[in-house]
Amino acid sequence: MVSAIAADESPIQPGAITVRKARTPLGDTIATLRRRPLAITGLAIVLIWLVLGITAPLLPLDNPNQQNLSARLEPPGREHVFGTDELGRDLFSRVIYGARVSLPAGIIVILASCLVGCALGAAAGYLGGPLDSVVMRISDAVLAFPSIILAMTITAVRGGPGLGNALIAVGFVLWPEYARLMRAQVLSIRENDYVTAATALGATKWRVLGRHVLPGTDAPIIVKATLDVGAAIVLTAGLSFIGLGAVPPQPEWGAIIKQGADKGLEYWWYAAAPGLAIVSVVMGLSFFGDGLRDALDPKRRS
Amino acid sequence: MGLWPFILRRFLMSLLVLLLVSTGTFLLAHAAPGSPVDTILGERAAGNPEIRAAAEKRYGFDKPLPEQYVTYVRNLFRGDLGDSVSTRRPVMTDLRQFVPGTMELTLAALAFALCFGIPLGIIAAVKRDRWPDHVARVLALTGTSIPVFWLSLILLFIFFYHLHWMPGPGRLDIGMSPPPHTTGLITVDALLHGEWSVFWSSVKHMILPAIALGAYAMGIIARMLRSSLLASLNDDYVRTARAKGLREREVITRHALRNAMIPTVTVIGLTTASLLAGAVLTETIFSWPGIGRYGVDAARKLDYPALFGVTLVVAIAYVTMNLFVDIIYALLDPRIRVH
Repeated sequence: MVSAIAADESPIQPGAITVRKARTPLGDTIATLRRRPLAITGLAIVLIWLVLGITAPLLPLDNPNQQNLSARLEPPGREHVFGTDELGRDLFSRVIYGARVSLPAGIIVILASCLVGCALGAAAGYLGGPLDSVVMRISDAVLAFPSIILAMTITAVRGGPGLGNALIAVGFVLWPEYARLMRAQVLSIRENDYVTAATALGATKWRVLGRHVLPGTDAPIIVKATLDVGAAIVLTAGLSFIGLGAVPPQPEWGAIIKQGADKGLEYWWYAAAPGLAIVSVVMGLSFFGDGLRDALDPKRRS
Repeated sequence: MGLWPFILRRFLMSLLVLLLVSTGTFLLAHAAPGSPVDTILGERAAGNPEIRAAAEKRYGFDKPLPEQYVTYVRNLFRGDLGDSVSTRRPVMTDLRQFVPGTMELTLAALAFALCFGIPLGIIAAVKRDRWPDHVARVLALTGTSIPVFWLSLILLFIFFYHLHWMPGPGRLDIGMSPPPHTTGLITVDALLHGEWSVFWSSVKHMILPAIALGAYAMGIIARMLRSSLLASLNDDYVRTARAKGLREREVITRHALRNAMIPTVTVIGLTTASLLAGAVLTETIFSWPGIGRYGVDAARKLDYPALFGVTLVVAIAYVTMNLFVDIIYALLDPRIRVH
């Protein structure tokens, strides 16, 4: 606490009040993150991809859709850093442009999934009763299917390939975990004395939920959402790989890997580049997510 | 609460989930665009109103939805999942043919994940913050970060195409016929009938896909075991064991590891889902004749009966596995039976 008295006393006498800047949860989080170089590296990787994706049209890259039939399936060289595909398109620029498809896809899917799941979970946990049972049983049923199998089925039901269908499928597959997590959080926070106090003081259910219960639920959900963006990207790429997600010429990373695999193992560079892109993003998110987990947990901060 | 009431409760819950799963599959099937008749008949026949009416009557599509649902459930109990549009055979027959392949691959992948994941987790915890820990954690992270289909391609490229150390796609060498069908698992059947060359061929063909499929599970298991073992090693009973003068190895294996295995067992159950899901992609790349590849073909061709058959069967397998894991968990940790 800043003390006006100590501020203009010099030299500081032993036993005087020490001046210290106020601590906030956000400040603590950022400070812990700053002391974790691995987390910072992870965040940097993700940010670099985001920036590359956003600024791609402004960068000195070949047109990703520009066909050049005289330069088909060339291995990496000076002209084309990642080689070319079967239509002579530069793979380096296709992979960079792929960041404009795969990354936002993953982020949007997780945002939607998280919002819907958390809303349902909070309602289930806070209001209880039949709503709770219904939401939880539906969650159990959805979670009973391994993700890609359910996603495959939903995409097929919606008429087949298409990035939109794939994203809807992935979003549907992922919301129940958020519902479960949020519900567990709400159930445990509900028992705290400060919540009881707020209710006793006459706060409405909405105010108690919004002002007292929900703010305490954020940490695990933020961590999970961060790590899940990677999972969403991988799942969407997997759907594209089996032909049920993005379709050519869309430069989605999974779709490019599929085309590379179809051409054959001797054209190794074709599938290697987009795969490395996915791995780097997922690893970056993992590092950052782990650091975030430490930073948001009051017991593990440094 | 005792063990048996707990098992009964979990079993009933699983049945409920299975009911929901089959209902969900039924609803999904009827959410598909167009009448289901269209997919069964094919374009030309579907255009003919008489043939359509006859097919609808035969399959019961002209009845109201609730009645169709009852027929659906009755058929499920009889094991009738409809006929596949592409193979023209009952889906159940197709599944029976392909399930052993997936089971063999999944078991091999699980074996790989356990054989590597558990030691990695132990090493990482025991040598915390020293170089073995870092190496183990990097390996675990790599396992969880690499998409399974990409890892399959990379492994095939390096060990098959480039180094020629491993055989390529398929379950057996080209031209080799499988052993007589006893269990359906080629390795086991080959052993049972003394066909050594077939046995070795099938084992060699299984190595790369098992590694690709099991890598993610290995990473998860290693990480989980590391964190729970670290928690155990900080606990009081470990301090007591050390104070009693036990050798460090005994402290770890007889005391800390036992408690650390409990959350790890749960995680192993959850990774079954990743194995079943990953099998879809691995089987496609390695041309492995299993229900994963069957399901992908069905999804691509919009062969709805086959696709929903696969979805249902996999979900049932997963729910059963979860029930099994929960029971083991209750056996190992009496505290959770209270809930």
